[in-house]
Amino acid sequence: MAQIFAYILHKDGVLDDTALELRAAGATLDPEAAVTAVVTGSAGDLEKVCKEAARSFDTVWKVENDALAYPNAEVIRPLMKRLLPKNSLVLLPHEHFGMDLAPGLSVALEAAYLPDSVAFEGMEGDVLKAVREEYSGMVRTHVRCNLSTGAVITLRPGAFAPDERKDKTGEIMDKTPEVFQEGLPEVPRRYLEMVEAEAGDVDITKSEVLVSVGRGIEEQDNLEMIQELAKAMGADVSCSRPIVDAKWMEKSRQVGTSGKTVKPKVYLALGISGSFQHLGGIKGSPFMVAVNKNPKAPIFQVADVGVVADILDFVPNLTEKIAESAK
Amino acid sequence: MEILVCVKRVPDTSENEITVNRDGTDIEREDLVYSVNEWDNYAVEEAIRLRDTGGGSVTVVSLGPEETEEVIRREMAMGADKGIHLMDPVFEGSDGRGVAAALKAEVEKGNYDLVLTGAQADDGAGQVGGMLAAMLQWPFAALVNHIEMSGDGILKIGREIAGGNQEFSEIRLPCVLSIQTGINEPRYVGIRGIRKVASLEIPVHGTAELGIPPEAVGEVGAKVKRIDYFVPQLGDGAEILEGSQEEIIDKLIELLKSKGGIK
Ligand SMILES: Cc1cc2nc3c(=O)[nH]c(=O)nc-3n(C[C@H](O)[C@H](O)[C@H](O)COP(=O)(O)OP(=O)(O)OC[C@H]3O[C@@H](n4cnc5c(N)ncnc54)[C@H](O)[C@@H]3O)c2cc1C
Repeated sequence: MAQIFAYILHKDGVLDDTALELRAAGATLDPEAAVTAVVTGSAGDLEKVCKEAARSFDTVWKVENDALAYPNAEVIRPLMKRLLPKNSLVLLPHEHFGMDLAPGLSVALEAAYLPDSVAFEGMEGDVLKAVREEYSGMVRTHVRCNLSTGAVITLRPGAFAPDERKDKTGEIMDKTPEVFQEGLPEVPRRYLEMVEAEAGDVDITKSEVLVSVGRGIEEQDNLEMIQELAKAMGADVSCSRPIVDAKWMEKSRQVGTSGKTVKPKVYLALGISGSFQHLGGIKGSPFMVAVNKNPKAPIFQVADVGVVADILDFVPNLTEKIAESAK
Repeated sequence: MEILVCVKRVPDTSENEITVNRDGTDIEREDLVYSVNEWDNYAVEEAIRLRDTGGGSVTVVSLGPEETEEVIRREMAMGADKGIHLMDPVFEGSDGRGVAAALKAEVEKGNYDLVLTGAQADDGAGQVGGMLAAMLQWPFAALVNHIEMSGDGILKIGREIAGGNQEFSEIRLPCVLSIQTGINEPRYVGIRGIRKVASLEIPVHGTAELGIPPEAVGEVGAKVKRIDYFVPQLGDGAEILEGSQEEIIDKLIELLKSKGGIK
């Protein structure tokens, strides 16, 4: 099999959680393979990151330049094209950076693109059999991806169990001179700044009990019943993304990969389908209850307890009973 | 600015239960409600707003079977000036690369400054925009949730990154941007609006009109092929509470109390 590369995300000198998931996925592709970590960045933290990566990967390719201080996919893509040998297999996490870099990288490398894989089920010759999700996780598919001319593969964060053995002593190779032989590529997208999300009135990352509402609430006026339930329970209200997109609630109440990461003891999901981006923001294995009118909603696969019901009917009755029982 | 927006007709997952057909070759398509992909609708709204403030035109393009025309017309009713329908039997079975190749040929027939796509569609791949940009050798940005003009031939954009933080950059035109939900509030389209555009002509382009070899698209050109569909069985799944609503509520309150969910 061709050489396997893992593009490592890092911040403030620390490897991203996905790095060790890429290692595990690489080993699933080919247990014999020596997986190479590609680490780009500017001086400062880079050496530390490379050393850390060398404990988990067979080889580390380092590329250092001030222009790489912030990971800008439009800078990194042409550099990867210079760096990677023909027919390489490249692994990346399927999050905001991977989604920015990977599809175009596959075209630049004339390689196949396999986005958002959740599992690998083995090779048949040059062809990888993998598992993906479609329709917001309501169904899965097996796909065949031909790796013979190389492939860029993004992995669903959290889907591959990380390989946490720090058992390698990989060689760190400085690839900077090679990559910058032709100078810095022309950059059509210039990074300006990062603006942090505004803090809201309630910090849901500290809440012990969350009543979380999704698109199933249907109308803004119906949010009142959610607030009443939360009040009766002594809980805080959080939500899924469509509620924020509709401007019905503050961004600071959104749970998920592009919102807050919460770690409550109890999470009550009302009219939420259970997309991986939403579930990605729930940590610490809370006791999860889902109420959804669709018995096939993916959320029922991860919840502890489920109720198949229309929330518009169920929630007011639940609130009333809780209020009564408190008397 | 001349803006092209790429849209897709998809089953509406908030309206439908998606199930797999008996032999696992497809989802059960009978009785499905289709609509325009949620992300794409935000992209069309953004294009219309950019045109309304800066001038130019908005064209909506969609690749798909006969019925695709419905969504093109719907987006024209929203305010797009033109529609283009890419349809050819050989498109069937295309992977992301095939779709991007067809769109690239369409982009090159026009004189566009900006191409927008949704950040992802029903297959969750999020691939067509980035591939299209690379094929055109135009700059790209994914998950864009803010766009403003910033001088000649330059846009200032915001991308949504982890934790709801926003990354700002300047990007040169022409470029391709994939749009994240929440960038705007798409306007409502009524039956009336759709009737108004009912008779507008929507040209249909196949591989011949696009000047691309049929092998570049469809099942033959695909490096990634779907084998089957199945419904995942993850873990044990939830314990579904049964009984009358009253019984369910009593049981639920008991459970919530025992877990500290009711204070
Ligand atoms: C890059 C990226 C980042 C993202 N980040 C996030 C994130 O941080 N957080 C997030 O939540 N999403 C995020 N998303 C969006 C995510 O993919 C889903 O679209 C979203 O989570 C869906 O929200 P939902 O479950 O409320 O809506 P839907 O998926 O539409 O589900 C609504 C559910 O309500 C049920 N329902 C409808 N009516 C009723 C009723 N009357 N009673 C009971 N049940 C009912 C339906 O059966 C359905 O299961 C992100 C997407 C992308 C591409």
